[in-house]
Amino acid sequence: MTLITPMDWSPIWISLETSLAATLITLAAGLAAAAWRERRAGPAMALVDGLFLLPLVLPPTVVGFFLLLLFGRHGPLGKLLLRLGATVVFSWPATVIAAAVVSFPLMYLTARAALEQVDLRYLEAARTLGASEWRVFREVALPLAWPGVLAGTILSFARAFGEFGATLMLAGNIPGKTATIPIAIYFAVEADDIRRAVAWCLIDVAISLALLGGLYYWAHAPGPGRARLERR
Amino acid sequence: MALEIQIAKKLPDFTLDVSFATGDDPLAILGPSGSGKTMLLRCVAGLERPDRGRIALHDRTLTDTERRIHIPARHRRVGLLFQHYALFPHRTVAENIAFGLRHLAGEERAHRLALLMERMHLTGLERRYPRELSGGEQQRVALARALSIEPEALLLDEPLSALDTHLRSRVEAQLQETFAGYRRPALLVTHNIEEAYRLGRELLVLSRGRVAAFGPKEEIFRRPPTVEVARLTGCKNFSRARMISENLAEAVDWGCQLRVAQALPRPAVQVGIRAHHIDFVESSPGAAPEDNVFPCWLVRSSETPFRITLYLHLHRPPGASSEAHLQAEVFKEKWQRFRERPLPWHVRLSPESLFLLPE
Repeated sequence: MTLITPMDWSPIWISLETSLAATLITLAAGLAAAAWRERRAGPAMALVDGLFLLPLVLPPTVVGFFLLLLFGRHGPLGKLLLRLGATVVFSWPATVIAAAVVSFPLMYLTARAALEQVDLRYLEAARTLGASEWRVFREVALPLAWPGVLAGTILSFARAFGEFGATLMLAGNIPGKTATIPIAIYFAVEADDIRRAVAWCLIDVAISLALLGGLYYWAHAPGPGRARLERR
Repeated sequence: MALEIQIAKKLPDFTLDVSFATGDDPLAILGPSGSGKTMLLRCVAGLERPDRGRIALHDRTLTDTERRIHIPARHRRVGLLFQHYALFPHRTVAENIAFGLRHLAGEERAHRLALLMERMHLTGLERRYPRELSGGEQQRVALARALSIEPEALLLDEPLSALDTHLRSRVEAQLQETFAGYRRPALLVTHNIEEAYRLGRELLVLSRGRVAAFGPKEEIFRRPPTVEVARLTGCKNFSRARMISENLAEAVDWGCQLRVAQALPRPAVQVGIRAHHIDFVESSPGAAPEDNVFPCWLVRSSETPFRITLYLHLHRPPGASSEAHLQAEVFKEKWQRFRERPLPWHVRLSPESLFLLPE
């Protein structure tokens, strides 16, 4: 039966593009948040931590629902974007936003742990040598924290690639636009198209293994990746 | 003066509260671990803020809590050599040193880098990573890096403590060479008495955050102002003392009267003598009391490769639980000459070597 309908391969590209874009956003935002948070202390920071980690704890559907409220026609951000002539909900950017928000806590946590591990004396030495705080971060803290940051990036990518609940709430299932592999699987099962569901599952497993294996190899193989890890 | 420091900062166990000024000669800061030495350097470097006080370098105010001035570390041009060097592990030797040369144009930067490498005898090691260097090389890289910013003051935190003994004297010579060509204020923190003496021109003794002594090193070693300073500068023998007449003191703990070269009017004093100043003399029954010669018995001894420390009991043989009165240090060659002689031996506590100290 399914042999009659031709296979639509777009979910593969949508998933990859979404995860990649979300990981880049998460990397920048997670690093910035971790660097910002590392210099601060106090009871108010517990609240900030809680807020940053919320997407990890909440069910993705709840995260998606909040995002929907935020970006919807009557939401504060949605209204603002509407004035600029853009709608986010049910568009490709929505899949990116959903994936970035749910993967953010993983990046934030690992980046913070990695930055905290960096010996303060290196940063202080850089300061006495005339480096600005940006240079201290960019040229000393970040390279030394790099193995941890890399691990956080891999985790974030993996989480973004598997994202389903929040994406469905915010981006829906628009074939060729917002239908990622997990969403394609869900709707294949719902349509009782088991063969298609199984095919997508196998594709998902294959891509995940290839990506993670490749990343692992890159991080541990001899060559630039390895040198970067060992220089610590 | 070139570098003026007057700061107070509360630390967990005591308050660092120091005030001194130094010129363009290296100043050694001697103190036991946890006396506030490192914190003092960190305040000068701008890595810590004192609670109150002022730091000025060549008429440039670096810190002034009253006027709310705190120049950040990166604008101070104060070179800091960290105790374990803190070389950037992810950068090569050349990249480490060039880190402080960023503001220069390409050609000038390369020139200055080459100059520093040559001056610190590092040429050829440009592409090595810190973990591939010996301790002495690491120290030279750290020194070159600290000098790269042409600092107006140089701070060294235990520069030799991370090195093996056989490397120390060589690295120390290198440091002396650097100081000779530097001619700007340099603070050198150490807990090693000999290092402090050899590398510093002047000496500051720090104890629990306070300046216990400050001045020319020869003066402090010859006449420590207090018992504490005497102890911190390596004096091992002390006895409570009482002045009997102008130059006769009674050493209570040593049970004898001593002729002394200096008089001290205070009633409560201590008398002290350094372990290597104790003289061993032929027994002479006719010696006059003012010679400060006393019979002594050996309680125990402890050897180092070239010297021996003898723990001595004065006046009569030690009982089962007697403690030694004095601790004398002599070269082994000298000890060979009298070790076979029957006890008691005789020690002379020369009046010139004795110092009288206020409590």
